[in-house]
Amino acid sequence: MTASQTDNLKRPRMARSTAAIFGERIIELLIRLCGVSAIVFVFGIFLFVLREGAPLIGKLDWTKVLFSQEWYPTSKGNVRYGVGALIVGTLSVTGLAMLFAVPFGIGAAVFVSEFSTGKVKETLKIVIEMLAAIPSIVWGFIGLSVMNRLIQEYLPAPVGLNLLNGAILLALMSVPIIVSIGEDALKAVPDSYREAAMAMGATRWQTVYRVLFPAARNGLLAAALLGVGRAIGETMAVLMATGHAVNIPKSIFDPIRTLTATIAAELGETAVGSDHYRMLFLIGVLLFSITFVVNLLADLAVRGVRKQ
Amino acid sequence: MTIFTGYSGDLSQPKLEYSLATRGLSLWYDQFKALDDITISVKTGIITSLIGPSGCGKTTLLRCFNRINERYGNVTVKGEVTVMGRNIYDPDVSLIELRKTVGMVFQRPNPLPISVYENVVFGLRLHSESSALKRSLLDAAVEKALTEVGLWNDLKDHLDRKATALQLEQQQKLCVARLLPLKPEIILLDEPCSALDVNGTRAIEELMFSLKGRYTMLIVTHNMAQARRVGDECIFMLLGRVIEHGRTEDIFLNPRDPRTAEYIEGRYG
Ligand SMILES: Nc1ncnc2c1ncn2[C@@H]1O[C@H](COP(=O)(O)OP(=O)(O)O)[C@@H](O)[C@H]1O
Ligand SMILES: [Mg+2]
Repeated sequence: MTASQTDNLKRPRMARSTAAIFGERIIELLIRLCGVSAIVFVFGIFLFVLREGAPLIGKLDWTKVLFSQEWYPTSKGNVRYGVGALIVGTLSVTGLAMLFAVPFGIGAAVFVSEFSTGKVKETLKIVIEMLAAIPSIVWGFIGLSVMNRLIQEYLPAPVGLNLLNGAILLALMSVPIIVSIGEDALKAVPDSYREAAMAMGATRWQTVYRVLFPAARNGLLAAALLGVGRAIGETMAVLMATGHAVNIPKSIFDPIRTLTATIAAELGETAVGSDHYRMLFLIGVLLFSITFVVNLLADLAVRGVRKQ
Repeated sequence: MTIFTGYSGDLSQPKLEYSLATRGLSLWYDQFKALDDITISVKTGIITSLIGPSGCGKTTLLRCFNRINERYGNVTVKGEVTVMGRNIYDPDVSLIELRKTVGMVFQRPNPLPISVYENVVFGLRLHSESSALKRSLLDAAVEKALTEVGLWNDLKDHLDRKATALQLEQQQKLCVARLLPLKPEIILLDEPCSALDVNGTRAIEELMFSLKGRYTMLIVTHNMAQARRVGDECIFMLLGRVIEHGRTEDIFLNPRDPRTAEYIEGRYG
């Protein structure tokens, strides 16, 4: 070590101006605040929603609420808050949507990442991003007018606003997420794996399902789960397209009603602080819990905790 | 019918003298000419080493023999490449048969992120009907291949371990082992020891000696000492051209070209 370097080390901290030290502290604090605030917001929102609903929790018979399909929140004589049909509605429309969206989205991700290059690839990515940017109310319109007519005309359905209509819209809305996360997952697979497989005579398709799918499994699972999260939370489009009837569907052509659509449609009509108002907030808590679990699973998938 | 075999096992036929050959081979990446009029013949059953300074086109030449260069869209090839006497650019040549015949080992060990067992049988699964792959057949193939590369004793109780978790030396040996069930004639190795330490390097070299005779091996190496140790013959390349090709002793002791002498003396590289 040279003499001047030793001098440098010995030089007292005072050499930096107090303003500089102070400024650095403040910036550090701000950054920390930003990070912590995300947590605070999430918990804050959850607690707020819970607080609005809480007074009703003790007053309800929860087996009835969760499993009954009788949702009569405004009945004069006999108010019933059965959300069973709403839960089934949400799960069925999401499930059906994923039946379309996951194979299609993963397929598109494979095509974008492995089979297309140059202009085709860029164009596809832009189009898919545009798909993600369409507001859900516009999807609602499409469901209400275009899809509604198509379903009535070409399928044996008495009404066009039904489970199938909502599921197709939700599928279209979650595909962009599945494609972009799925593509990232495939892109992250080292190229040396592809070369190893191809040098052994694998075709491109064999490379995809024998090498890329196992290697990118966690990322692809996360893509699917984030698609599920997107679909469960969607409100406007399902409100407009599913027929909004409290009903346990027997076929994909039956109308349904979801948890989200119920809140959106009814919250404006209730008196603040009424039981109905509180019940809608409890439905919010339920939704929050479902999406929380789905996101948690997605997160675990990304980290590979579920590996093997 | 396999297009490329029939020479090594069949005693009625004489062994082909040259397993690999090129005539007037040039290759461009876009406008950049990476290989310039290369004409070489690689003898069957021996180890040939390919040396030359970084960027002279060794990897590019090696990757012509299994046509894996074509993964990049910007490659143009002119000239002839023959493997086991067949021009591999003939329209009726099957890329799959070619790649079964010509195995490749890469610079960084790249076992697939699946089990050791599945890595070894990967080629069989690619190229056979799944109904033809009885468990006993696969087990036998795994034992045979791992024994040939000297991994069987270490790994026979860990066949379900993830291959990417093995030591690098074991990974590289596994990358050789997974080629063997496809019964290749030729093994191409692109600086197979550059990621390994001294012991790993020695182990891979010993493996190459043990495979000599049964397979034709072409190894790219940066390491002159390695070329001297393992290579029966040696090809020296410079700026996309072959400068000299001969027996390793001749290249190292009596190089004909002054540029070869300069490279071997370490004046550039
Ligand atoms: N995919 C590629 N695209 C464009 N140029 C390349 C590509 N691969 C290699 N090159 C160029 O070709 C030349 C030879 O490369 P390479 O065969 O990798 O050399 P070596 O293996 O002898 O170090 C280098 O100048 C390199 O920059
Ligand atoms: Mg190289």
